[in-house]
Amino acid sequence: MIIVKEKNQLSLEDKLFTVRRKPLSRSHITINNQLCNDCLNRICTYICPAEVYVWDEDAQKIEARYENCLECGACRVACEAIEWVNPAWGEGIVYKNS
Amino acid sequence: MAECEVIIVGAGPAGIACGYVLAKAGVDVVILERGQYPGAKNMFGGIFYADQMCELIPEFYTEAPVERFVAKKHYSLLINDSEISLNLDLEEHKKPPYNHSYIVKRSVFDKWFAEKAKAEGATIVCGTTVTDFVWDDDRIIGVAAGTCDDPDNVLLADVVVCAEGANSILSEKAGLRDKLSMRSRCVSVKEVIELGRDVIEERFGLTAREGAAYEYFADATPGLLGDGFVYTNMDSLSVGVGVIISEIYGCENPPSPNQLLERFKNHPCIRPLVKGGKTLEYSAHMIPMDGYKNLPKFYGNGLMLAGDAAGFVNNSICHEGVNMAMASGIMAAETILENRDKRRYDAGALRRYEYRLKNSFVLQNMKSSRDFIDILRTNKELINDYPHIVKDVITNYFKVSNVPRSTTKSNIVRMIRGRMSFTKAARTFAAMLKGGI
Repeated sequence: MIIVKEKNQLSLEDKLFTVRRKPLSRSHITINNQLCNDCLNRICTYICPAEVYVWDEDAQKIEARYENCLECGACRVACEAIEWVNPAWGEGIVYKNS
Repeated sequence: MAECEVIIVGAGPAGIACGYVLAKAGVDVVILERGQYPGAKNMFGGIFYADQMCELIPEFYTEAPVERFVAKKHYSLLINDSEISLNLDLEEHKKPPYNHSYIVKRSVFDKWFAEKAKAEGATIVCGTTVTDFVWDDDRIIGVAAGTCDDPDNVLLADVVVCAEGANSILSEKAGLRDKLSMRSRCVSVKEVIELGRDVIEERFGLTAREGAAYEYFADATPGLLGDGFVYTNMDSLSVGVGVIISEIYGCENPPSPNQLLERFKNHPCIRPLVKGGKTLEYSAHMIPMDGYKNLPKFYGNGLMLAGDAAGFVNNSICHEGVNMAMASGIMAAETILENRDKRRYDAGALRRYEYRLKNSFVLQNMKSSRDFIDILRTNKELINDYPHIVKDVITNYFKVSNVPRSTTKSNIVRMIRGRMSFTKAARTFAAMLKGGI
């Protein structure tokens, strides 16, 4: 398929920038990294709409950029090594237009 | 330690509808919402089926922040770079109550609906995340909802209605459902794309508050069980895709949801619709795909599940969701009112909730499309092959040439015979009619 750049085509970074948030005072994501080393699929690195999870080759572990999270919970469903809880105190995403 | 009669977890359509009915009957009800305001964490495609809303607030659409009513529906198959579609432009849908179909933004609409419940006397506390239930032996007697000042904050109630949404963490904790599986949830992403009101009306052929709902199948999410959509807000479009999580897991070179959305937006038949727009907001959410056969238990001692948390989404062609959420919230409220005299909310008493659901369109419609996803999942030719055959038939039939029509027709029949089995197709369609749609 030919992909033609259009005015409304944004990078994921730019898209995430459109989402208002109350900054998270702490991470709501915990990863049991022991499971990640043996994981062949690493579904977390592609299932997340915000691409929060990145494999860090040097540290040999999954890095969670939790501040980008859109709170859908797909990672929690896809991977048992991820413990995901709802952010507390109204922190996190604040949708205005969705 | 505060106390009230009923706690509702989550201010979405299910929770607010439940709170509205209870408050109206004079019940001391508290809705706990984790977002900064009702709707701050809520997202859906965009179509709101409003017959339940009309029962609660007749002619709500005259005052509610509704973007447009659905005047035009459009069901499309995207096949490679082509599109074959069915366009519904029905006069019946353009008169009040507009076939009870409206396009709304949840972050705006839920806020309005919550105000209505508040006006009836419901208490809504925002910015409060419920982390667990409070148990007395095998009975739920309240919720744990820590605040900045008091991390051990607990709220007690006679009964709890959990309308926490598709990411049903609490329902799992209550033991009413297993841990969510990849097959039981769809991940969906959406962009709200700003376009001038005039541009939208011209592009989609709309006037005044008419709106359009375009649904796309097949290559909207190539090779994966999912779909895409374009809905018209007043001066923006909601454009999104959704895919079952297990589908992405199972495929080679798995795309991310954002990549699927970009691919969809850049399809030659979608690109002209969104062209020149500016993305106002990107959002993501899960959609329950439990289906009738894998629904959770709806009630326990002191607890009922409503809306997405209970898996009440009809995954067939009509995408019923918000109407089922509201209906279940209302039925949970009615069950509470029924038992209020005796203050008895154990599982035995709350069984009436399931009885109500079974006798309503909620479980009956879920039942009627119980096999929809399974049929698509086990007959991949429905999304991978048949659309291509349909396209080739149409392309050949409408091809302008000097080949006699009779030859074209027999060529087409031969082509269909070579590419699909009529018996299998007939069997699949019969199964679809029986338990799919």
